[in-house]
Amino acid sequence: MPERDGTIRIGVYACHCGTNIAATVDVESLAAFAKSLPNVVVSRKYKYMCSDPGQELIRRDIQEHGLNRIVVASCSPHLHEHTFRTATKVGGLNPFYFHMVNIREQDSWVHANKAEATRKAMDLVRAAVRRVAFHEALEKGRVSIHPDVLVVGGGIAGIHAALTLANAGKHVYLVERDPSIGGHMAKFDKTFPTLDCAACILTPKMSAVKNHPNITLWTYSDVTAIEGYVGNFKVTVTRRPRYVNEDLCAGCLECLEACVYRQAKVPDDFNLGLSKRRPIYIPFPQAVPLVPVVDPETCIQFKSGKCRKTCIEACGERLAIDLQMEPKQEQIEVGTVILATGFQTVDARRVPYYGYGVYPNVYTALEVERLVNASGPTNGEVVLRDGRTPKTVGIVHCVGSRDENTNRWCSRVCCMYSLKLAHLIKEHTGAEIFNFYIDMRTPGKGFEEFYQKPLNERVHFIRGRVAEVTDWVLDPSEEGRLVIRVEDTLAGFVRRIPVDMVVLSTGLEPRADAQQVRRLFNITRSNEGFFLERHPKLAPVNTFTDGIFLAGCCQGPKDIPDTVAQAGAAAAEALALIDAGYIEMEPNTAHVIEEACSGCKTCIPMCPYHAISFLEEGKRAEIKPGTLQRLRHMCGRLPVGLYPAEPFR
Amino acid sequence: MPKAFEPKIVAFFCNWCTYLAADLAGTSRIKYAPNARVVRVMCSGRVDPQFVLDAFAKGADGVLIGGCHPGDCHYQEGNYKAVRRFRLLQRLLKQMGIEEERVRLEWISAAEGDRVRVVMNDMVEKLKALGPLHEVKEQRAAAVEVA
Repeated sequence: MPERDGTIRIGVYACHCGTNIAATVDVESLAAFAKSLPNVVVSRKYKYMCSDPGQELIRRDIQEHGLNRIVVASCSPHLHEHTFRTATKVGGLNPFYFHMVNIREQDSWVHANKAEATRKAMDLVRAAVRRVAFHEALEKGRVSIHPDVLVVGGGIAGIHAALTLANAGKHVYLVERDPSIGGHMAKFDKTFPTLDCAACILTPKMSAVKNHPNITLWTYSDVTAIEGYVGNFKVTVTRRPRYVNEDLCAGCLECLEACVYRQAKVPDDFNLGLSKRRPIYIPFPQAVPLVPVVDPETCIQFKSGKCRKTCIEACGERLAIDLQMEPKQEQIEVGTVILATGFQTVDARRVPYYGYGVYPNVYTALEVERLVNASGPTNGEVVLRDGRTPKTVGIVHCVGSRDENTNRWCSRVCCMYSLKLAHLIKEHTGAEIFNFYIDMRTPGKGFEEFYQKPLNERVHFIRGRVAEVTDWVLDPSEEGRLVIRVEDTLAGFVRRIPVDMVVLSTGLEPRADAQQVRRLFNITRSNEGFFLERHPKLAPVNTFTDGIFLAGCCQGPKDIPDTVAQAGAAAAEALALIDAGYIEMEPNTAHVIEEACSGCKTCIPMCPYHAISFLEEGKRAEIKPGTLQRLRHMCGRLPVGLYPAEPFR
Repeated sequence: MPKAFEPKIVAFFCNWCTYLAADLAGTSRIKYAPNARVVRVMCSGRVDPQFVLDAFAKGADGVLIGGCHPGDCHYQEGNYKAVRRFRLLQRLLKQMGIEEERVRLEWISAAEGDRVRVVMNDMVEKLKALGPLHEVKEQRAAAVEVA
């Protein structure tokens, strides 16, 4: 190898990155400076080091100048460390003889003074040249990958990812928290912009999940623990008792009719409280699995123990109802995980001046979605809580979106679903409809064309953020109605518009327990709270934890087509890992220097992964084989014999 | 007129949170003081107190350690180890006559790009007020000799 006589021969490459670096760092002087450093044989500058010709420079120099260490000063190692390690390897060196200097994200982009930025770049390059001499050759270890996959969340994202993987012959565990899969999409009536009936396109996929031989479906269940690393996760799933045995139940639903509650009295979550259910219930008619759930909070038997238990009578010899059911823990091993935990809509009460929860005729869009749905609480009739059909309806956009007081981001789907609801309410009632918007955002295939539909149907569009919804009447024509006060910014004056029904287009936000989920799976959240992807453009479904992928709205607001596309991408990423058969592990993990280890055992209890054991024979510590994966940090307080390997010594 | 004092800061940023936050500050083009030189470590738990002492011995005016928020460590509990060591180190430094403000431990998550700016600028301000570490030491040494 080039290390012919044991001397260190370093090549330094400074990247302009077009003008990204060169505008703030004097790359030319940087390269000249590097040349003056000890052991530096070659120092070059190049416009784009990551390009093919840039990488070719490294390869050629290794061979022509007998280089044995490479330093590239360019962007963040999180972006291109792998690229340059590969280039180093192609040149014939061990890839770990490479070190990267970040003079873009942490220098040229964050400083304005060229002299200061250049001085910083020089310091960083000098440090890199010093340290790269200490680098050692490392070999990547391989571990096998478990072919099974865990998908968390049974909305459209989780369903699509699970089916894709299962169709590819992989075994999938689909874990859903609610009693049925389907997620938010199951609540929708039609989907924009094609006005496909949501149930018609979703329920076949739901049944396919249930019937697929490669999918183990656990509803009413939570992932409660996960340990291990990419390729080899050990997962604990807790299955909450639904008090009806899924294996024995035939889905006849006679128990529902037999319940001692003649009248349904419990607010129905699926219909957002717009209808009532019994203590034993199915969430919605197409639920998968079609197995009832007993709600212990409201069931008389659970409350007083004095129920006639007519449901058990109705079930008869099937004996599917078991009120003694206990939570059950399932232990599984999987190689990869897809998180598709979804979103929640903003609680409209957080915008108090719109009167949600105060005026009964103020609805959220999701509630109206249930009202227009033929299988909803009103069988598809848009009626107010007092049974009247609204003659005028106001749809308020951006409730809990693009708002400093709630959430700052645009939720992406609200403009489109508001247009859809405008069309559907018009179709169902013929009412006069007003849309109040800040900007109409209709980017997407067929979306702008869809905008024409309500425009042609004479739906009114008023540009302006609604100031308040009030029942304070100024004029007899407003009597008994709700008044929307808004500045019409196109007409240039403040208007009062009396309506019978107000629909609040609430935005999308991270689920309330996103932080717990984040901790459980050891991933990262971005500023607004959605799960953070590894790279916003180039690794949109990966996380910073290898083997854990994201799909759907848990990563950020998106519509159904994007969600499905992302779920497919996440499934493909998982498949790519599984079908490779093994994973190359980063070799920069801890190792024991045998001759230095005194056998003091101090390191053993300090390791959070229990990866160190003591060898009686030879009286020294040993890292258990196959446990190195996440030891990369190594504790600074370790005794002399245990060292983290390069490049983080 | 002597040149205004620009403190030298050595920063140890963990690979998973604070280093990413610094990258995010970059992609967001957030501008901050150029005084720090960042060393990437896999975990704040990797920062041996000797690293900090060495940095001071070799001319740093301040040392900044950046890790993940408590409970968020990529390696489960590395940042707890860091904080325990940090408390001890602070006491030790105080006994050596090095002001507490010269060494700082900050939890900065990958999403908090702007926090990098706030912390960097604030630290530079505070160090400017304290003055150079070595000058102070030399002055004190001189004072002791006179006495």
